[in-house]
Amino acid sequence: MSLSRRDFLKTTAAASAAAAVGITVPQEAKAAAAQAEAGWRWDKSVCRFCGTGCGIMVATKNGKIVAVKGDPAAPVNRGLNCIKGYFNAKIMYGADRLKQPLLRVNDKGEFDKKGRFTPVSWKRAFDEMEKHIKKALKASGPEGVGVFASGQYTVMEGYAAQKMMKGGFRSNAIDPNARHCMASAVVGFYQTFGIDEPSGCYDDIELTDTIITWGANMAEMHPILWARVSDRKLSNPDKVKVVNISTYRHRCSDLADIEIIFSPNTDLALWNYVAREIVYNHPDAIDWKFVKEHIVFAASPVNMGYGMRRANEKSIKEGKYTPLEMETISKEMEKIVSEKEAPALAPYGYKAGDKMVNKPAGLKHWEISFEEYKKFLEPYTLDYVAKIAKGDPNESIESFKKKLQELVKLYVEKDRKVVSFWTMGMNQHTRGTWVNTLSYNVHFLLGKQAKPGSGAFSLTGQPSACGTAREVGTFCHRLPADMMVKSGKHRKIVEKVWKVPEGTLNPVGNQHIMKIHRDIEDGVIKFAWVNVCNPYQDSASAKHWIKAAREMDNFIVCSDAYPGISAKVADLILPSAMIYEKWGAYGNAERRTQHWRQQVLPIGEAMSDTWQWVELSKRFTVKDVWGEYTLRNGKKLPNVIAKAKAMGYDENTTMFEILFANDRAKSYKIDLESFPQKGFDNSECIGDSRNVVGSDGKVFKGYGFMIHEYLFEEYASFGRGKAHDLAPFKTYHKVRGLKWPVVDGKETQWRFNTKYDPYAKKANPNSDFAFYGTLAKALAQGDLLGIKDKTKKSLKNKAKIFARPYMDPPEMPDNKYDMWLCTGRVLEHWHSGTMTMRVPELYRAVPEALCFMNPKDAKVKGFKQGELVWVESRRGRVKARVETRGRNRVPQGLIFVPWFDEKVFINKVCLDATCPMSKQTDFKKCAVKLYKA
Amino acid sequence: MSNLNKKQVISDRRKFIVLMAQSIGLSALGGLIWTGYVQEAKSSPLILRPPGAKSEPEFLKMCIKCGQCAIACPYDTLRIAKPGDNKPMGTPYFIPRDIPCYMCTDIPCVPVCPTGALDEESVSSIKDGKKVLDINKSRMGLAIVDESSCIAFWGIQCDACYRACPLLEKAIVLEHKRNERTGKHAYLIPRVNSEYCTGCGLCERACVTKKAAIYVLPLEIAKGEVGDYYIKGWDKKDENRLENVGENVTTKTKRSELTPQDYLNDGGLLDD
Repeated sequence: MSLSRRDFLKTTAAASAAAAVGITVPQEAKAAAAQAEAGWRWDKSVCRFCGTGCGIMVATKNGKIVAVKGDPAAPVNRGLNCIKGYFNAKIMYGADRLKQPLLRVNDKGEFDKKGRFTPVSWKRAFDEMEKHIKKALKASGPEGVGVFASGQYTVMEGYAAQKMMKGGFRSNAIDPNARHCMASAVVGFYQTFGIDEPSGCYDDIELTDTIITWGANMAEMHPILWARVSDRKLSNPDKVKVVNISTYRHRCSDLADIEIIFSPNTDLALWNYVAREIVYNHPDAIDWKFVKEHIVFAASPVNMGYGMRRANEKSIKEGKYTPLEMETISKEMEKIVSEKEAPALAPYGYKAGDKMVNKPAGLKHWEISFEEYKKFLEPYTLDYVAKIAKGDPNESIESFKKKLQELVKLYVEKDRKVVSFWTMGMNQHTRGTWVNTLSYNVHFLLGKQAKPGSGAFSLTGQPSACGTAREVGTFCHRLPADMMVKSGKHRKIVEKVWKVPEGTLNPVGNQHIMKIHRDIEDGVIKFAWVNVCNPYQDSASAKHWIKAAREMDNFIVCSDAYPGISAKVADLILPSAMIYEKWGAYGNAERRTQHWRQQVLPIGEAMSDTWQWVELSKRFTVKDVWGEYTLRNGKKLPNVIAKAKAMGYDENTTMFEILFANDRAKSYKIDLESFPQKGFDNSECIGDSRNVVGSDGKVFKGYGFMIHEYLFEEYASFGRGKAHDLAPFKTYHKVRGLKWPVVDGKETQWRFNTKYDPYAKKANPNSDFAFYGTLAKALAQGDLLGIKDKTKKSLKNKAKIFARPYMDPPEMPDNKYDMWLCTGRVLEHWHSGTMTMRVPELYRAVPEALCFMNPKDAKVKGFKQGELVWVESRRGRVKARVETRGRNRVPQGLIFVPWFDEKVFINKVCLDATCPMSKQTDFKKCAVKLYKA
Repeated sequence: MSNLNKKQVISDRRKFIVLMAQSIGLSALGGLIWTGYVQEAKSSPLILRPPGAKSEPEFLKMCIKCGQCAIACPYDTLRIAKPGDNKPMGTPYFIPRDIPCYMCTDIPCVPVCPTGALDEESVSSIKDGKKVLDINKSRMGLAIVDESSCIAFWGIQCDACYRACPLLEKAIVLEHKRNERTGKHAYLIPRVNSEYCTGCGLCERACVTKKAAIYVLPLEIAKGEVGDYYIKGWDKKDENRLENVGENVTTKTKRSELTPQDYLNDGGLLDD
C-alpha cells in the first residue's frame, strides 16, 4: 500500500495490453445462459466450507445442482464468495462419488479384515456394524465403541449421533475433528468467561480501528472476512492499522502496517510482554473500573506436560514407539528447564537445568492477587522477549524491538479500538488454552473486550464447529448447551429430556479424539465410526493410528462421500449424502445459525449421516445396551433395565423407538403442502424416488414425521432460557441466519455487555458488564506456586486474567532435526481435499502440497527450486517439492507444508502432542530434517 | 506441477524422441517444404518460447531445431512443434495452461542451446562479480488479465493467480478497492507488472475460470510502448529512458505535409 505501489497500479501495463490485442467476451454465451435459466429453482443455503458462514443461493434444475451464487441478502458475505465457495455447485459431482456400501470381504463373501472392498447392501452393512458393536461392547464396555465426529456435522446429525452414543451406547467416546481446530479456544472461553462463547461478532471489523492477527492467515483461511478487513483499512488507511503476527510471512502481510515474525511458541511471551508493558509502563492505560468490578486474577500449574502418551500406557509399555519417538515422548513425564524458558519460569521457582516433573493437572486453577500477577509479568522485558521471540534470524534485534513497541502503542492508545483475531496458530498449540487466555488478559486490562469494535476473537475453522461440535456437544465431555457429562445435575436434565432412565448417561468423558486413536492402538476401542471427517489423514503421528486400525482386531467404519485415506483404512464404507442432499443447519464463528433445505436427492444409494445413525439405533434394544458395565477406572455404570421398564419400555424396546421415533418426534408432522416443506425433497422423512433398499432389506419409505425439525427443536430446548436460545426451526428458513442467543426474536451481537446482551442485563442490571457463565465460578485462593486457602470464593459475573508463562514446546529443532515444521492450509483446498481435490479448477490451481522453505536454507542444503526432498521427523517422512518462492515466505530454520494432499502425507511426520487442557494437537511445531529424495 | 505418473512420462518422452527424428528428417528435405514451415510460422504469432529466446525473427533464424532445450526441461514444459501444430515445425514452445514454465533457478534449458537462439546472457545477471543464471530476467511473455471474466473483478476472493505467481508481490500485485455494492468488502484485484512478469504462465495454469482469465501473450504482442518525449515528473528513474533518445526528431502529419512556402503561397483564403 505504499505510494510507489499505488503509482504502479495506475500505470499498470496489463489493461492497455488487453485492449491492444482486442480481446472481447462472447456475448452470445450470456444470452444463451439467460434462456436456460427458465426452470431453475433458487433456494437459500450456506457454503459447505469454513467457519465464516457465507450465505449462498443454490440453483437446481431437473434434480441436479447447476449453479450457486453468493446470497446478496446474507449479512456475512452480501453476495460474495471465495473460490471454494465459488465451486459449491461442483463439489457433489466428482466422478468417484461413493454410491454403495463397501465391505472388505474374502472369496466367500465373508467379512475379512484383509479382504477387498466389495459392494454390499445397506442391510448387510448394518448387520456387520451391529455384530461388531456388540462384540466391542462385550470386550470393553461402552468405552470400546468410538466415533470420530465432526465440526462439519449438521446440527441434526451431531445431535442424532450424540444421542445414540451417549444415551444409547452410554459411550462418551465421541469427539469431533473440531478438537483439532478449536478446543483450545473453547477451554479459553470456559476458563475466562465461564461459558463457551465468543463475546464479539464480525461487525467488529467495520467498527474497529485496529486488526491484529495472531497466528491467523485470514487472507487464505477466511477470505470473505479478510475482504471486510481490507475494506475497513481502505475506509481510513491512516487511522486503521493492521498488524500481522505469525511465524512466517503469509498473505496477510500484504495489507499489514506491521509484520511481526516470531519464533514458534513465543506468542506466549509476546502477549505477556504486551501485558507487562501495560502494567509496568502504561498503568494509566489500565481500565481500573473494569478490572476491579469484573476481573479476578488466576494461576494454574505449569508442569502439566504436553498431552502425549504417558509411560504407563499399554502401547508404550509394549514398545510400539521407537527409541527415537521416545526421545520426545519422554518429556511428557519429565523435562529439563531450558535457558530460553528459565526467566519466564523463575517466578515458579525453576531455573535453567532444573528437572521439571510433569503431572496431569486437568483444568485446575485458583485465584491469585494482582500483585502476584504483576510478579509473574516481571520477566517479560523487551530485552528478554525480543531475544527469545525474534523469528527471522536475518532481522535485526533493533528492528524487531521497534515493532514490539509499536504493537504495544496500538494496544494501549486511548480510545483506539482493537480486535485481536486468531485461528490455528494459537489454538493448535501445546499451550493453546494458555495463549488463548493471555489474549483476553490484554483486552481486559485495557477495557477493550466485549465492546463494539474491540475484543479478542477466535476465528472458527469449520462451518459448524461452533454450531454443532460445541453447542450440540459432540465432544466426549459435553452435553448440549454447555452441559457436562461429569455433572450429575446436567446428566439428569438430559436424561429427562431424552426419556432415558436416570443413571443411563456415563459420567466419565475423557475419550477425546487423540485418546480414541490411542485407545484403538491400546486395543480398548474395538469399533470406531468415522463421520464427516478424515481422521486418518488429519491426525498427527498418523502411522500409529493407521497401523492400529489395519493390523489389530477391530472394526472401522467410514461414512464419506468420496474415498479418502480414512475410507482406505476402514473395514466398511458407507456412502453419505452431501450438504445439499439433506436438510441441515450450521452455526458459524459469530454464533450465527443458518438452515437449509434438501435441494436434490443424494447420488447412488447415499443416505445422510442422520439416517445412518437412526437406522443403527433400530438394531439395539434396552437389554443390549442398558445392563451393568464396569468402566476402566473401576466405576460402575448401573443396570438401568428395571428403571426402563418402569418408564414403560420393555427389554426389547429399540433405541429407535426411545431416542428417535418417540411421541415428541411424531408430533413434528410431515406437511408437504406448507412452508418450509412444500416443494422440497426429504429423503429421511418420506423416502424418495430412488427407492433405496434400507437397513431392513426393504425399500425405505421414510420415518413419517419431520425428524429434522424434531432433532433441532429438542436440541434447542436445552439452551432456551439458558443463554443459548435459538429461534424456532421455521424461522431459520425465512431469515439469513441469527446470532444466538436469540431473545424475543432478536439476535445478540456482543455478549456480556449489558447494553447488548439481555442475559448480561439480567445478571447484573446496574453494571455495564456481566460475565455470567457458570463454569468454574468459585475458586480457591493461592499464589503462583499453588493453592494456599481451599475455601472457594464466588466470582459471580466476573471474568479471569490468567498468569501463564512462556514455555518451550516438547520438540524443538536440534542438531539432528534442525528445522521447525509448521503445517496448515491453502485457500484452494478444504482440509484433506476430499471435496476440493475433485473440483478440476481447484485441483489444477494447486495440485500438490509444496514444502515452502527459505531460499538461503535451500542453498545451504543444496536443494534446487522444485526439487523433491524428504521431510523427516522422529516419526516418519514424506517427499515434497521445494518451493522457495510464492505465497508463504518462511524465515530460515522453518518450513511450511500444507496438509491437504494425501500424497504429501505430512501428518506422518507431525507430533501428536496436545495442549494438556484442551487436548488439541499442535500441528504447528515439530522438528524435522530435510535431505534430497 | 506435473502429476503425471512415471509411465506416462516415459511414453511422452518416447513420443517426443520419435517426433524429433521425424522433424530432423523433414528438415533434410530442404527448400520447398521449408517455405511451408515459414508460412506456418507467420500464421501463429502467439507462440511462447523458452526462457532467454531471442526475438522471434532472430530466434527462427538461429534455432536449429535440435530439441536439446526440451530434453533438458525437467517438467516437460517445452514441446517441439510438429506438423499441424500451426507453429514453426521443430521449434520449442510451451502452452502454460497445460504445463507452465516452473522457472527453474538453474534454467537447464538455456545453456544446452548450441546456437544461442536461447541466449544465456539475457537470463544472467552479475552477482558478487560473477555471472549467474537469473530466471527472473527471462521474458517469455506477459500475463494479461481479461477483466470481464476475472472473478476477482466481481468481488470473489480468488487471487489464485497471485498466489501461484513465483514473483508474487512483484509480477502480480493485488489492488485493494472498496466494493460499494456490498458496502463492507474490498475487491482484491490482480494487477500484472510488466517490469517483473516473466511470462512463466503459472498464473494462467492456476486460474480457476473455465478458460483462463489471465493468460500469457508474447511480449511483442502484449506490451505497449510509450514514447520517450515525455518523462514522468514524479519518477526520477523514468529519466533513464532519455539515455537512448535520438536528437533528430521530425514529426509529420497531414497538416505538415507541405513546406511552409508551398502552404503560404497557395492563396485562396477567400474562396468558398
